[in-house]
Amino acid sequence: MVRHILLALMLLSGLAAPAAAQAPASTAPPPEIAKAIAEVASSDGAVQEAAAVALGKTGDRKTLPLLEALREGSVAVRSLPGGKKETVIVGDKVSEGDKTFVPLFTAYGKDPILAPDGKPLLAELSTLEEVATGRSLRLAIRPLIDAFSGNTQLADAAWTVRKSAATKMGNSGDPAALPALSEALAREKDRWVRYELEQAIALIRLKSGTEAERAAAATALGDLGSADALDRLRDAAADGAAPAALRQAAADSVKRVERWALLTSTIQTGFQGLSLGSILLLMALGLAIVFGLMGVINMAHGELMALGAYATFVTQGLFQAHAPGAFEYYFLVALPLSFLVSAAAGFALERGVIRFLYGRPLETLLLTWGVSLMIQQGLRLWFGAANVDVISPQWLSGGIPVMIGVQLPYNRLFIIGLAAVAVAAMYLLLFRTDAGLRIRAVTQNRGMAACLGVRSRRVDALTFALGAGLAGVAGCALTQIGNVGPELGQNYIVDSFMVVVTGGVGKLAGTIFAAAGIGGLNKIIEPELGAVFGKVAILVAVILFIQRRPSGLFAAKGRYADS
Amino acid sequence: MQGVTRRDFLRTAAVVGAGTAAGIGFPSVLRAQGGTVKVGVLHSLSGTMAISEVSLRDVCMMAFDEINAKGGVLGKKIEPVVVDPASNWDLFAEKAKQLLLQDKVAVTFGCWTSVSRKSVLPVFENNNGLLFYPVQYEGEECSKNVFYTGATPNQQLIPAAEYLMSKEGGAYKKFYLLGTDYVFPRTANKILRAFLLAKGIPADSIAEEYTPFNHQDYQTIVGKIKRFASGGNAAVLSTINGDSNVPFYKEFANQGLRSENAPIMAFSVAEDELRGMDTSALVGHLAAWNYYQSVSTPQNKTFVNAFKAYAKKANLPGGDKRVTDDPMEAAYFGVHIWKQAAEKAKSLEVDAVRKAVYGQEFLAPGGKIKMDEANQHTYKPVLIGEILKDGQFKVVSRSKGLVKAEPWSIYTSPDKGCDWVKEKGTYQKKA
Repeated sequence: MVRHILLALMLLSGLAAPAAAQAPASTAPPPEIAKAIAEVASSDGAVQEAAAVALGKTGDRKTLPLLEALREGSVAVRSLPGGKKETVIVGDKVSEGDKTFVPLFTAYGKDPILAPDGKPLLAELSTLEEVATGRSLRLAIRPLIDAFSGNTQLADAAWTVRKSAATKMGNSGDPAALPALSEALAREKDRWVRYELEQAIALIRLKSGTEAERAAAATALGDLGSADALDRLRDAAADGAAPAALRQAAADSVKRVERWALLTSTIQTGFQGLSLGSILLLMALGLAIVFGLMGVINMAHGELMALGAYATFVTQGLFQAHAPGAFEYYFLVALPLSFLVSAAAGFALERGVIRFLYGRPLETLLLTWGVSLMIQQGLRLWFGAANVDVISPQWLSGGIPVMIGVQLPYNRLFIIGLAAVAVAAMYLLLFRTDAGLRIRAVTQNRGMAACLGVRSRRVDALTFALGAGLAGVAGCALTQIGNVGPELGQNYIVDSFMVVVTGGVGKLAGTIFAAAGIGGLNKIIEPELGAVFGKVAILVAVILFIQRRPSGLFAAKGRYADS
Repeated sequence: MQGVTRRDFLRTAAVVGAGTAAGIGFPSVLRAQGGTVKVGVLHSLSGTMAISEVSLRDVCMMAFDEINAKGGVLGKKIEPVVVDPASNWDLFAEKAKQLLLQDKVAVTFGCWTSVSRKSVLPVFENNNGLLFYPVQYEGEECSKNVFYTGATPNQQLIPAAEYLMSKEGGAYKKFYLLGTDYVFPRTANKILRAFLLAKGIPADSIAEEYTPFNHQDYQTIVGKIKRFASGGNAAVLSTINGDSNVPFYKEFANQGLRSENAPIMAFSVAEDELRGMDTSALVGHLAAWNYYQSVSTPQNKTFVNAFKAYAKKANLPGGDKRVTDDPMEAAYFGVHIWKQAAEKAKSLEVDAVRKAVYGQEFLAPGGKIKMDEANQHTYKPVLIGEILKDGQFKVVSRSKGLVKAEPWSIYTSPDKGCDWVKEKGTYQKKA
């Protein structure tokens, strides 16, 4: 942990002072800047503030680190030999015994100050005079830094940084930002950043342009379908003092933006339902096999998921320790690994105890409940009661914007894909392979299958292991959206059973439709009723449904149904 | 990062078990030794709340060790009686009864959730016990038998909202109140709403929403926040409970929202909770507390180092990677306040100690604190912190001096006050 912090600090300081490498430490500031630098260390608040504003006005990028340091309160004055004083920026503290040392940087450009031996100078904290920064100074500095950073960020290499800088400048409504925005728009290639830039320009014009500009901006915002502008367009439409043309244009745009918002929220709700459905499906798939095909009520299903999640955590730890370069790909290794870990646990569980209890559902229920408690406590002993952190790889963080106002998170897209793959693999396994044929045979008529030479015991164990393995995969996927802790399984077990029972015991298709149905319904209800009552409503709906159709969506038919 | 080994667990279990058994089985023997004073520790060591409460037990034990090393209280060594109410609210009352009636402890340090405190309250009041409660809470309570060393709403919620409304905090105009569905968030949001309305925020610029415990799917809510925050002048005030925070912050980041679109001000996320989180999605968001591990006072440096050393020596899970946070600091200085008061009163009797606590000062790790002269609460500084990549906080705003606790918020109960010196607890203010 400490090593990571140090690494992060090194990276940060490296980012903060990219100029340090090229510029020699001896660059002297122009005289008026030198004067302001001396004055920001003044004990008189007014002098300090005036000097800070003067620094900001110069527009010299090398004064930015000093302004930032002033805001953070990491500026100090050091005494030079000969009674002279120098304003310096103070770096991160390093403790050595009782004394605290800090590296020093020049106020102009934040270049490291070197000791005579060429190493960065470490000064003892107590020999420095800290520059007090009051609240009013910090208030005065903030817009100066924003102006600097806005312009810098518009030229950043990462599109997300450029995009959020444009959003920020648009929301601030400061006409001074217009030239920078137009300039950025002219060179911008990315369509999402272009969109934000256009919107920012229109927002600023709507606020402080001429009459014609404002009306044009209102229309432009309507064309853009800009949700950010909705409040301001409404204000403009309702503003009695505004010219009729502007009011008309604004009212028009409000309608168009609202139509667009309805479309995006519909699409978003659809995606959310799909995502929740895919998560439910992934959790319930293993249970559908164990409960549906084998008739074992496995209360430890949730803990098998937890095992998968912890397997992911351990894999992550191993990658961090032994292959930090390949860390981004740990998740691809964790996925099959968590399948194997949970499958092995499931195999042991079946061979060890469950096989003695086939046909006695109540006893298996109690037994698996006990096993679930044991696994839970075991995880608590090995890994501690606190949650553990599983870091999402970069390619599963963030999201892809598909249209204005809709960004689909990568982790959710990945889980939808994973659920689809899992279902397809299950289908192929059960209906297109010999092993699947044997599983189905044993499920339908154990005695007959055994007579025909199927080793039913072995099939049982492998089927159970398969179901457990799927639970492990679900646990692995869940690390990307939720917590990993000893109680992970308990949070999901009820939902898993709900899906399997609603879908109809013994039917894979039923599980799929139930997962999609419950997920979709939940997301349609939730915006209206809120999360708490949404959940209640879903449970009520499921109860009513089960009362009407006790055997679920897809009831098993024929002789099999009676057994 | 492997936690406890089996052997450690067995050893701890044996010690705790023996301690409890001794407490139950042979109280008279131990009391006869004379040289010790029994104090109770009533924190959940198992169940859902164990994540948070175990650390409070640890820091209390460390404080006892410190005091014992310096000769104890009034010359008597502290003998802790640790019980495990197992996150079960009824069991809290039962264990409290056991501590007071069987073990006859002089004082108890305990509870985290408001419901557990409400459950033990009648036990302490009927048997005239003394409880030090170390967690920020929703207020609206003023028991003679409880000292509240955590923050009241005006020491946490209100300053945080004020900060967000100030120019420095970003001058936000719309607020999304989001919480887990139980008593603290509901009361906290009632107070926040009343405050925001009083400050001229129109009712349709305030949204309020709750989720069940352990809620994992924040898609819809983040979608709503996204729409609410379009326009860029909205902030989220979050009273989401520990566990649901990871999915919430992750979804928030993944749907493309950042702290500059809408900052999240959290009231229940501290360093100890951040231990189990991938913090990359949280960086730049805010929290409001009265103490952070990063506070740079000499006594805090000592405190943090002492706790890490203690965790390592006592073989606690996490060892010297453990962190300190606000409730831990409050639990820690609570023990010291009690010791000082007992010495001032030259007695361990509840009533004498209680009177001596009033006005007591202590140089706590986060800076000097002072116990109120009459209302059982604590004067504390208020700090707004920004979450950093390493799970620590950078203080971005600090109250001027100490803030007096108001158990009854002036925004929701302007007519009520709390005073145990001139009045009998909660009283009606005269108009």
